[in-house]
Amino acid sequence: MKPHTLSILVENKAGVLSRVAGLFSRRGFNIESLAVGTSEELSMSRMTIVVIGDDAQIEQVMKQLNKLIDVIKVSDITENETVERELALIKVSAEPGTSRAEVMQIANIFRANIVDVGAKSVVLQVIGDTDKINALETLLRQYGIKELVRTGKIALIRGAKTAKSAK
Amino acid sequence: MKTGAKIVIEGLQREGVETIFGYPGGSVLPIYDELYESSLRHILVRHEQAAAHAADGYSRASGHVGVCLATSGPGACNLVTGIATAYMDSIPIVALTGQVPTTLLGNDAFQESDITGITMPITKHNYLVKNVQDLGRVIMEAFYIARTGRPGPVLVDLPKDVCTTQVDEKSIFPEEVRLRGYQPTIRGHAKQIAKAVQLIEIAECPVIYAGGGVISAEASSELLEIAELAGIPVTTTLLGLGSIPCDHPLNLGMLGMHGTEYANYAVTECDLLIAIGARFDDRVTGKVQTFAPHASIIHIDVDPAEIGKNKKVDVPIVGDAKQILRAMITQLKKRSTAGSWQEKIRTWKQRHPLRYRSDGCLHPQYIIQQLSDLLKGEGVIVSEVGQNQMWTAQYFCFRKPRSWLTSGGLGTMGYGFPASIGAHFARPDEVVFDIAGDGSFQMNIQELGTVAQYRIPVKVAILNNMYLGMVRQWQELFYDRRYSFTELPPLEFVKIAAAYGIDGIKVETCDDVRPALKAAIETDGPFILDFRIEREENVFPMVPAGAAINEMIGGHPKQEEPEIPAAPIRKALSGGSPK
Ligand SMILES: Cc1ncc(C[n+]2csc(CCOP(=O)(O)OP(=O)(O)O)c2C)c(N)n1
Repeated sequence: MKPHTLSILVENKAGVLSRVAGLFSRRGFNIESLAVGTSEELSMSRMTIVVIGDDAQIEQVMKQLNKLIDVIKVSDITENETVERELALIKVSAEPGTSRAEVMQIANIFRANIVDVGAKSVVLQVIGDTDKINALETLLRQYGIKELVRTGKIALIRGAKTAKSAK
Repeated sequence: MKTGAKIVIEGLQREGVETIFGYPGGSVLPIYDELYESSLRHILVRHEQAAAHAADGYSRASGHVGVCLATSGPGACNLVTGIATAYMDSIPIVALTGQVPTTLLGNDAFQESDITGITMPITKHNYLVKNVQDLGRVIMEAFYIARTGRPGPVLVDLPKDVCTTQVDEKSIFPEEVRLRGYQPTIRGHAKQIAKAVQLIEIAECPVIYAGGGVISAEASSELLEIAELAGIPVTTTLLGLGSIPCDHPLNLGMLGMHGTEYANYAVTECDLLIAIGARFDDRVTGKVQTFAPHASIIHIDVDPAEIGKNKKVDVPIVGDAKQILRAMITQLKKRSTAGSWQEKIRTWKQRHPLRYRSDGCLHPQYIIQQLSDLLKGEGVIVSEVGQNQMWTAQYFCFRKPRSWLTSGGLGTMGYGFPASIGAHFARPDEVVFDIAGDGSFQMNIQELGTVAQYRIPVKVAILNNMYLGMVRQWQELFYDRRYSFTELPPLEFVKIAAAYGIDGIKVETCDDVRPALKAAIETDGPFILDFRIEREENVFPMVPAGAAINEMIGGHPKQEEPEIPAAPIRKALSGGSPK
């Protein structure tokens, strides 16, 4: 059981997201994260879904996804060299004084940006792979995370190869 | 200029549709208005569920796409069970539903229901048409998707304003269907086919396990050819019955929960299992770990997702069963299986036949045998769900594909009667029998109205035990005979039929069975037979849920110990996968 990253090209049509999401819940597959947006072609969207399962389960997920008429291509890019990114916004308690300075220092180390400063809190924006964001989140917990949102992972295969040309 | 409603009717006609089953309502008024003068035949059912089952029965009996039509909201919702039934058995139907006007969509308007949302998990695909410009293309795609690849139901939801909007006549229907996300594999992989042939050539104790896919692929003659060419015995699933003639020497009958003892033994001991258009359903496999434990498995299926879903296979072949079997036949040399295997199967068949008491009482198995004898494999036999279904599967001698229509995957009580209506319109010159239980028949008994109105000559044989028999059987066997809510009060079905102007006979003795069946067959119109059968008759043999399929209740004591066949075949597989 390990996380697999699926890159899925779908028709850019109403209802596609619910077809895909419905398939996952109906067949008992667990979505770790899901990110969806436009792709290189106007008529297609690309979904990046991280799903946890053993090889047989992942094979079933991919086969079932492929059966959806609006799904054009499903690729498991886990084993490829990929560029993976996720963005998180984290609102942390940071009273002026010691804790704020510490939070800003941590942000610096992680190359996170302070995108909002309030009286008692700051909002950090961080971009990176899943591990980096997890690490930052863990560090910031001690100061008190008031709100957090993550986009879910998006990924592309490195080099000239594309998910479409991958197996 | 043309209205959307007109495009719908034209679209159906372009697809060769002649008969549709439906029920009107507010949001489909524009379509019904077009139907008024159209050459399409519309059969008015008494409940939309029946329209869906009739479309399904039409499809199973003919091999073509069945069509049903219902209004928005309650009408569409009433189709749901019928659509799910077709989905589970991979039956191509197109369901057309009315919808509130696009301007009201999402407003909880009167009789609005999100039928595309509701049917998403039980359709192969569905559409909500918001623009009349898309309508022609959508109708074409719906039929194409329904009948190709692994067939299945497709629903098209039609808002009322889309049906009334006028559109320019040109370019309504595209030249061809193009779907970049849908390209079913038809031709099997050549290497895999060669590997399968190689396995068949070295197998000593092979068995073919044929499912409904053989029938939907119209591959019955290829099935027979390959079985005869290599001398391989054939067992079929509930939906595969009829793909090989029942009285063929290689036929083992049905396998699984209520399969024959010899089919289940053969599968348990075979060294090669060739699954064709079957999906290793739990009612077939019992405990899946002990299903065909010594066998290498070849799995031919048009749906790649079925391969390896429930059971690991050694040689997967994705594609159309007819084409794949053709290719295999051309490569296969005539051979026979091991003499000891043939002998074993002969002995099993002799020692463990299907059986029931013959004590002069009215046993349902006797009725089915008599009907089978009278029809000689002709006609269309439809069943409801429960004991009636299993007795028919066991005791009716099916000789042709598409002669047996039953709800397998969903097990929908109430399927049979409306499906027989559909079957009649597909095969108007043939006798159509619905074998029913008194419980199931009451689930769509209102269709007596339809049958009476159009004088549809379907015959209903009710195996009346005044119980929900199959559930009672489980209560008897596994719940200490605590018959919780499974007894049904006696009912005079003949009198109910009479109220609709339909003839019928009540039958209480063995001697009256044959004459009554004859009377039904010889009557021009519909006919109801109310057989008062042995109330607590059970379906045997039976594999308890979750047990291995060679552990049957009600079977004969097995005399010989199963021996594990030597397996040269295992070695032939490069690094053969463990089971
Ligand atoms: C719509 C539906 N509801 C419930 C069931 C569960 N069920 C399976 S068999 C059965 C009893 C069927 O009784 P009857 O139609 O009288 O047939 P019999 O088994 O007596 O031949 C029931 C209730 C079902 N299959 N379908």
